[in-house]
Amino acid sequence: MTQNSSDLTRVSSRGISRRRLLALGGSGLGAPGLARAQPAPVRIGAVGPLTGTLTYNGTQAQAGIRIAADIINAAGGIKSLDGARLEVVYADAESRPDVGAAQIDKLAGAGVSCIVGAQSSAITLATTQAAARFGIPHVVDIGTAPQLLQRGLSNVFRFTPGSGESVTLGVENLFSLNRAAGNPVKRIAIVHEDGPFGSGMAKTLAARLPGVGLEIVETISHPTPQRDFTTIALRLREARPDLIMPTQYINEFILFARALRQQRLSIRGIYSIFGGGASNPRFAREHKEAAQHIIDTNHWYDPRKPMSQALAQRCAAIGIDVSYDVMVAFGSMQVIADALEQAGSREREAVMATLARATFSDTIMPYGPIRFEKGQNSGARVVNTQIRDGVIELIYPAEFATATPVFPMPPRV
Amino acid sequence: MLGLIIPVALNGLMTGAIYALVALGLTLIYGVLHIINFAHGSLLMLALYAVYFMHVLLGVDPYVAMPFLVLAFFALGYVLQRGIISTFSHGKESNILLVTLALSIIIDNLALYLWTSNTRSLNLPYAYEMIEVAGALLPLPRLIAFGAALVIALLLWLGMTRTRDGRAIRAIAVEKRGAELVGVNVKHVYALCFGIGTACLAAAACLLIPTFYVTPQVGYAFVLIAFTTVVLGGMGSFAGALVGGLLLGVVEALSGLFLGETLGQIGIFLVFILMLLFRPQGLFSARGVR
Repeated sequence: MTQNSSDLTRVSSRGISRRRLLALGGSGLGAPGLARAQPAPVRIGAVGPLTGTLTYNGTQAQAGIRIAADIINAAGGIKSLDGARLEVVYADAESRPDVGAAQIDKLAGAGVSCIVGAQSSAITLATTQAAARFGIPHVVDIGTAPQLLQRGLSNVFRFTPGSGESVTLGVENLFSLNRAAGNPVKRIAIVHEDGPFGSGMAKTLAARLPGVGLEIVETISHPTPQRDFTTIALRLREARPDLIMPTQYINEFILFARALRQQRLSIRGIYSIFGGGASNPRFAREHKEAAQHIIDTNHWYDPRKPMSQALAQRCAAIGIDVSYDVMVAFGSMQVIADALEQAGSREREAVMATLARATFSDTIMPYGPIRFEKGQNSGARVVNTQIRDGVIELIYPAEFATATPVFPMPPRV
Repeated sequence: MLGLIIPVALNGLMTGAIYALVALGLTLIYGVLHIINFAHGSLLMLALYAVYFMHVLLGVDPYVAMPFLVLAFFALGYVLQRGIISTFSHGKESNILLVTLALSIIIDNLALYLWTSNTRSLNLPYAYEMIEVAGALLPLPRLIAFGAALVIALLLWLGMTRTRDGRAIRAIAVEKRGAELVGVNVKHVYALCFGIGTACLAAAACLLIPTFYVTPQVGYAFVLIAFTTVVLGGMGSFAGALVGGLLLGVVEALSGLFLGETLGQIGIFLVFILMLLFRPQGLFSARGVR
């Protein structure tokens, strides 16, 4: 317990604050004999939508966090804290930002050293703000809204890229893909849901696509839920685009992909950025024909890393899909464990300072060196995946690819 | 765009058949018995999961599963009404609304717990079979659903006008106390009605799943439009539900084409408001039943 005793000396020279006393008490000061034999676990708060409309994302992320904690604990826990184990405290945001914020009070009360979550921008905006009040570092697994990092909160560390960077990279990748294939795509149609997610994406694409020589010939918005996509498919057939860029949630995406096939549109590609269905393993599996060759720009792991394969095996064992929610939640936990290791402390301030300053080692994601610059992981990037015979393959960038891109897609019958 | 009118309208007719199928069960429960069944969408969702799992786990084709599920859901509806709705509403009509609302909350959350909110859908070989009608490509499963909607509406109408139970249902709709006095078993008939309404949902689910998906929230995509259809067509009228559903499908598709999909729903409610203004009793005003 060297860390605790040095803490104690440092603290006593300045007087012990109530918060520090609590933190020390939680970490073994109260029972030094017991602590020496088995260090108290480090508590990590995991907040996310475990019920409500975003349940799928929340429970998938929860699985990723649980598996990561299991693997880290099995490998000996946090070595710089005498092998302290990670103990995850789960909190349900019920798919609502206000509930998410309220859950942070509970996590703070449970004495968590760090928080991970919350799979959606709206919920994460609330949870990060609430965590800031308690001085708890908050690692964001997914939350693409730019506002997350524009509020000057020093406790926010976003592991994955935001929407701006992702769209830029998505458009760049499309340009490279198109150029490599001899520029078969010139005319683009955008189909988007009419909420902030789809409309925002459509607006950004409209601003950036002409810059890389692509012409937008049709933009169609639709509500959620939309029960039939035949009219949209027929309008697209008249507009004759080479490539369709959809921004929709999964349900609409399924109906849309089906309608395109049913109405026999001859297109050269379907390319989405954060597409609802194109990175959903169940959609890929259940709709081999309609999903075939659809390309998405999204968060995805480097499937060749041994730890990625370990994650995939664990997921298979418990019967869940390896979705991107699982991957980034797992990766976020790897960073948190590394931060605890480097900090050699379970204190919130120390963990926060380490997250802000240090560089982190390898995670399962295909990222460069992970450094949080103004809260954003500067090594983070999205990649391109393509559905091939029911399986989601990574196709771009080439250094991580598990398959070569099929672009343009062969004519559909 | 003008060249698209016929194919879009025909496809709207196909979508309308689905609306009609969902509304047929509701028109009986809501239109005849005046039960505002908030659980209608949840029961549709349950039926969709039933078809889905019969296919995935047992390999049963949705069309083959239909007779079995119709029977099973008739029993479910009967038991729900007799065992839960009538028991907990203590004979007060206003309570029924709350009990069905509670049922929908329980069913929805149970589905969320058991099957998560991830979208599931079937990939059936005939989902991409297209039939060309007047220059429009219509999916075979939609055409089947269209035909089935006509047949089911006809069967319900025959059952209501030609059978003893049908007469009992109509008697209760008109004069509950009087029907009771002449020896109609009101509890049984209420449950029967609810059972038939729920069985219609099972049929709708079997016809819908080849071209749709299922999530715990899927019912909400149809339930509002089903209530609109019932009121539009005339409460308790099967012909009204059928024509109302088809009309809404076409109106939605055409207004989607001309106003954009985002405003497509406006067409539905414009027709609805016009109907309430000029023909508040609905298209067929339930004379078909009474």
